[in-house]
Amino acid sequence: MARASKAAPKPDPKTAEGMTASPDEQFAWYRSMLLIRRFEERAGQLYGMGLIGGFCHLYIGQEAIAVGMQSIAHSGDQVITGYRDHGHMLAAGMDPRAVMAELTGRAPGSARGKGGSMHMFDVQAGFYGGHGIVGAQVPIGTGLALANKYRGKPNVCFTYLGDGAANQGQVFEAMNMAALWKLPVVYVIENNQYAMGTSVERATAETHLYRRGAAFNIEGAEVDGMDIEAVRDAGARAAEHARSGGGPFVLEMKTYRYRGHSMSDPAKYRTREEVDEVRKTRDPIDHFRERLEARGLGDETRFKDIDAEVKKIVADAAEFARTAPEPDPRELYTDVYAEA
Amino acid sequence: MPTMNMIQALNSALDVKLNDDPNVLIFGEDVGYFGGVFRVTEGLQKKYGATRCFDAPIAEGGIVAAAIGMGAYGLRPVVEIQFADYIYPAYDQLVSEAARLRYRSAGDFTAPLTVRSPYGGGIFGGQTHSQSVEALFTHVAGLKTVIPSTPYDAKGLLIAAIEDDDPVIFLEPKRIYNGPFDGHHERPVQPWSKHPASEVPEGRYTVPLGQAAVVREGADVTVLAYGTMVHVALASAAEAGVDAEVIDLRTLIPLDIETVQASVKKTGRCVIVHEATRTSGFGAELSALVQEHCFFHLEAPIERVTGWDTPYPHAFEWDYFPGPARVIAALRRVMEG
Ligand SMILES: Cc1ncc(C[n+]2csc(CCOP(=O)(O)OP(=O)(O)O)c2C)c(N)n1
Ligand SMILES: [Mg+2]
Repeated sequence: MARASKAAPKPDPKTAEGMTASPDEQFAWYRSMLLIRRFEERAGQLYGMGLIGGFCHLYIGQEAIAVGMQSIAHSGDQVITGYRDHGHMLAAGMDPRAVMAELTGRAPGSARGKGGSMHMFDVQAGFYGGHGIVGAQVPIGTGLALANKYRGKPNVCFTYLGDGAANQGQVFEAMNMAALWKLPVVYVIENNQYAMGTSVERATAETHLYRRGAAFNIEGAEVDGMDIEAVRDAGARAAEHARSGGGPFVLEMKTYRYRGHSMSDPAKYRTREEVDEVRKTRDPIDHFRERLEARGLGDETRFKDIDAEVKKIVADAAEFARTAPEPDPRELYTDVYAEA
Repeated sequence: MPTMNMIQALNSALDVKLNDDPNVLIFGEDVGYFGGVFRVTEGLQKKYGATRCFDAPIAEGGIVAAAIGMGAYGLRPVVEIQFADYIYPAYDQLVSEAARLRYRSAGDFTAPLTVRSPYGGGIFGGQTHSQSVEALFTHVAGLKTVIPSTPYDAKGLLIAAIEDDDPVIFLEPKRIYNGPFDGHHERPVQPWSKHPASEVPEGRYTVPLGQAAVVREGADVTVLAYGTMVHVALASAAEAGVDAEVIDLRTLIPLDIETVQASVKKTGRCVIVHEATRTSGFGAELSALVQEHCFFHLEAPIERVTGWDTPYPHAFEWDYFPGPARVIAALRRVMEG
């Protein structure tokens, strides 16, 4: 890939040509994206019912990124992201029950109810959070990459950030270190065009975010983040670059969030038509389904079965999260220090 | 006189200052086009244009630092840090630069900026949207720290802060933006319109920095509070059936120690309430001052009711938040002591 270029040629959408993945794998991605979509829709409902309190940022519209990147990750690779994290956690294989129960602040939640939507972790799944402070995860992900290198592990840290986060000072500090020390980190900038109520054009002088690392000679590529196969293709190449000692890589994923920034967002900064247009023409799940159909891979029943299975998992997670016990008040004081 | 909630009162203060003084500018994340996540800057960009009220990238360190530079050149920037929990990237600039510019330059340069920031809990915001950060700033010589508890005070104090020649950290108790929440989360909150302090003049007025307000007179115990906790303290005093005098500090630095000591000398007892974590919280400073100034008048140990020494949890909102039950218990303890 050329330095700071718009690499990542698109796979032919009509045929399975050039795809090494088996039909089963392709259906697994489809299922994973659908699971995130349905999970998030349900989380939105639970929020509306008052079962989830505080802040809740949904990943709807961006599913192809977390799922596509996860599908090219190797065992032992790490993931770290901001507060819009439910999708990454599910893609990383975290138990939907534990995620949903954390949203409702219950004892079996992944942070025992103390973290909530924005602050979840699962080191088993290689998921290092869930960070509510915009940009904070970027140098931490860089540190995870440094640890990989120090330990001689052939692993990459996928460090996700938003278009808004890309303006935070510590992002630049991290990128310089990553380039200087040739760290195995892939910065995945999820450019959904808005940081809360502020569009990319109103917040950054360089709107091509794949050039974010240019000052440090970090290669970058712009990717259609609504196309899971484009994500996989670019992701695999970026990860290979980082894994083989080439240092960091920046991927700008062009995407869109369908819902408000958080549940309390009146979304006055964009039009209904803008949202509808993306949903209609670029939806990552619909598109991939059409592609699977065009390839003659799936019949109606297979999609129906996946639908039903996903629905069941989400219903189960929601019921679990609704009925699980609240944490013991003594938990308030645990995990402040090594010893309570 | 118009009735305003705290958001409208703050908006009105900004409107007055933008109108009065071409050196006043407003910027921060989402404050311009969008009007701020809590709507405090709503309509200001439309009215005054994008050179007076504009959006900044998500870069708190840069936002505050730019305001310091502007201040050194005679402007009076008012910046918004969207939640106080996001202020840490700017802490270096506030402590090392804003607070000391005057001292370091022997008065040649100053940093008359105002940093507005919503703070505090009771909104299920968890670790990164609930913190009370005041003690991090009261500890720093050269900074002033202001916290209003009503719409009337919010407007008057904000205008005073903007007109002040030193850097002011202006913390807005976001739980009471829309109504005087008294800690009774099980009941609906009254809107500000039912509260006398929602009567806010349209034009310019100030509430001077460094003046506390006695918001309830009493003979038996002094309660020191600020922000949301003023309303919790008032409700608690009424429910405990204790003849408590409640003082709204309004400004932590400079502190109105005269009003505090006059009250404690009269009552002989003192309860301090704040949402922030206990250890090294502002309550510790207040407790030390009361002890130094009023030792021979004290009839009971000073009590502190505070947040716990933990991060702010997602679950346990009302175990963490120092609500009426805990304040009432403290009032009873000092009365028995
Ligand atoms: C340090 C810091 N500043 C501000 C915020 C408030 N905030 C939360 S999300 C957000 C917008 C971030 O946008 P982006 O990085 O594009 O991510 P997206 O929400 O689009 O996924 C802002 C300003 C924060 N959480 N932390
Ligand atoms: Mg964004």
